[in-house]
Amino acid sequence: MIPPFETFYEAHRDEVYRFLGRRLGRQSAEDAFQETFLRALRAYPRLEDGEHLRAWVFTIASRIVVDDARRRKPAGELPELAVEDGLPAFEDLAPLTDDLPPKERAAVVLRYGYDLDYAEIGAALGSTESAARQAASAGVRRLRKEHR
Amino acid sequence: MTVSPSLDERFRAAAAAAELLDVAYDLLPDTPVGTLLVGVTDRGVCRISFDPEPEHHLELLARVFGPRVLRASKPVDRVRRELDEYFEGKRRHFDVEPDVRGIPDFYRQVLAELARVEYGTTTTYGTLAALTGNPRAARAVGTVMNRNPIPIVLPCHRVIGASGSLTGYGGGLDRKEHLLRLEGAIL
Repeated sequence: MIPPFETFYEAHRDEVYRFLGRRLGRQSAEDAFQETFLRALRAYPRLEDGEHLRAWVFTIASRIVVDDARRRKPAGELPELAVEDGLPAFEDLAPLTDDLPPKERAAVVLRYGYDLDYAEIGAALGSTESAARQAASAGVRRLRKEHR
Repeated sequence: MTVSPSLDERFRAAAAAAELLDVAYDLLPDTPVGTLLVGVTDRGVCRISFDPEPEHHLELLARVFGPRVLRASKPVDRVRRELDEYFEGKRRHFDVEPDVRGIPDFYRQVLAELARVEYGTTTTYGTLAALTGNPRAARAVGTVMNRNPIPIVLPCHRVIGASGSLTGYGGGLDRKEHLLRLEGAIL
């Protein structure tokens, strides 16, 4: 059962806003905040269950941060995002990680696709920095095994 | 750093303007019958409640109308205006449509008959039961009135006991009496 959007929004708006503020500064964070929750609202009826909503909204927010960075800098000048062939890493990672357990998948994508640090991933997943580190490395181990 | 009230309101307004909501709701504080919670859909008004605690209603609304339930002021403006006019004695009939999705058939039939009971008049549970073809279902009609999701607009306050006593009201007898007095149905 997906909770009413109001409940979801109230639970996560402040931490999403803080995250966007850290990444973009206050001015851009306001626009990015609105865009994040409007995108979430558009996709909301298609969600299948109410699990991992926090990781989900942080994934949307992270994507908006990346889009914002791309808009502001010419292509190829995003050293921290490991761009190859003009594609940010998360676009490659997302399909590869489809089969991982949700928490590991979120940790891997947020770490290697969006370049979030473990404290931010911990916050996004509703756990701790060390749990986020563990989930990401467990995910990477699993990927190595699967893609050997 | 928390979301400022103005940013919060901007998001809610944008969500409503983009027509992304299944239900928009708002609280109407300080009406003559206390604070009301009002919910609307793109089809009309779907909820009026004397219990202004939103959390009691959101899940129910989400289940019936869809999960995109959000507090937003603008979509509620029309109902807010009509209710204001009603409480000022300037409106005898609501133009906003009731959205009765999710209500079982028997309830719907009773509510459809109820909608015809005119301003300033009263009827009885038994009469309403007879009008829906179940003259002995007065008690069941009472249950429907008690669970009416859109009171005031669907005027269950106009239904009283055969003896003329006010009997009961989901929002409390004080409110029923207030509404009937406002309409001039009782002195």
